[in-house]
Amino acid sequence: MTNETYIKKLIEDGSRIDKRSFDEFREVTIEKGVIKTAEGSARVKIGNTHVIAGIKMSVGTPFPDTPDEGILIVNTELSPIASPKFETGPPSEDSIEIARVIDRGIRECKAIDLGKMCIVPGEKVWVINVDIHVLDHDGNLIDAGGLAAVAALLDAKIPKYDVETEKVIKDETIGSIPIVDTPIPVTITKIADQLLLDTSVEEEEAMDARITIASTKNGSLCAMQKSGKGYLTTVELEKAVDWSIKKGEELRALLT
Amino acid sequence: MTKVGAPEKLIIGTKRLDGRSLEDMRPMETDVGIIKKATGSAIFKFGNTYALAAVYGPKPFHPRFLQDPQKAVLKCRYNMAPFSTGDRIRPGYNRRSTEISKVIRLALDSVVFVEDYPRTGIEIFAEIIQANASTRCAGLNAASLALADAGVPMRELVCSCSVGKVEDTIIMDLDGPEDMFGQVDLAVATIGNQDKFVLVQMDGVVTKDEFMKMIELSKKGCGSVYKKQKEILREKYKTGELNDE
Repeated sequence: MTNETYIKKLIEDGSRIDKRSFDEFREVTIEKGVIKTAEGSARVKIGNTHVIAGIKMSVGTPFPDTPDEGILIVNTELSPIASPKFETGPPSEDSIEIARVIDRGIRECKAIDLGKMCIVPGEKVWVINVDIHVLDHDGNLIDAGGLAAVAALLDAKIPKYDVETEKVIKDETIGSIPIVDTPIPVTITKIADQLLLDTSVEEEEAMDARITIASTKNGSLCAMQKSGKGYLTTVELEKAVDWSIKKGEELRALLT
Repeated sequence: MTKVGAPEKLIIGTKRLDGRSLEDMRPMETDVGIIKKATGSAIFKFGNTYALAAVYGPKPFHPRFLQDPQKAVLKCRYNMAPFSTGDRIRPGYNRRSTEISKVIRLALDSVVFVEDYPRTGIEIFAEIIQANASTRCAGLNAASLALADAGVPMRELVCSCSVGKVEDTIIMDLDGPEDMFGQVDLAVATIGNQDKFVLVQMDGVVTKDEFMKMIELSKKGCGSVYKKQKEILREKYKTGELNDE
């Protein structure tokens, strides 16, 4: 029996390879301020999955359609250190998808008050770079990365900027990034017609479909992305929404 | 924090700016077999959104180490023409098109009998010639028709449409301004007109109830797309009685 068929067989019998229940996460730990050189950072571990998110801030030109708002850029690095499946070279399709789904969650619920990240309207705004670095990949990267991104944003301090000399003074800070919401992405994976939370790499290899749903602190949904080759029914979508809101709330509680 | 250039209102009474009611789709136009060199090809339009798709293959797949000894590998590229939007788009891949190419490929993978063509590749190209929102949906609809036109064995067609929330109202098939200045954009695709979602992508804030309403509305939209897709295939490939209605 291959790994994949074994995992499916287990799930059909109502159990998982590490004995967790279908809606149970592995142990989640969040540690803020782990990188001295970054304006903000956080380490998130979910079981063996390990990611670090770092915030770097610089001053740039605003986009023409939002002249008085700061800029958010989310990037994910699937470093070859983390998995035999990751390769060096330009960003893979998967890393782009992870970054964009996390980005959408943060952007769509306006988690950051970007209007307050403007220095000179139309000319100078803060550029907030969120870099999510995967260090050990044992599944569920979007949830780990999304949690790390929000934790790092909460941890970040804005450096002082001197408009006259156009210099960022790194040693002095002027306060935190104005965070008004904490979107948490939760991924629900369908294997053998069952829905599961927090899948490991082995489980992900056996998946039919998955959907990531980001929810806000008042229980609204702010981003969604289905992936995988299989399909989801309306009933499954509704269950996924319920789980994402409930689990999102539990994970959000770990942020403080 | 309203965006520059936003119209004052997108919905007036029960009518939208282009005169549609809330649950109306834009007129759809389709054609198949329009690119002679391709194995299969199709056009799909939602109003001013114009997508063109071509399929090449199944054919030997390179590089060899990416071949699958059990099945065909789908390769998909969604691309927007530089002149398809207000501001010119720099040609070539970008992060958005890479992500959309992936979700289109996954949506189609569920219906193609890939196991019939081991070691081969099927190349699917979806080009957006003119964009006025819902481009991934139009591209996916065109790609699905192009696969059928290519004679690739499929379980069903894939049908896609967008639904959205604008001024706290749920509407069908977003156009450009509604997408740009609205609150929520949800793109879905179903297998035929079944309750099987192979694409779900959403931006913007909704409650669970609103989301479930949007999903119900999207099924209607996908149903209309399905009907339209079957019409054009029937017209092009008249083979006597059809037994599905």
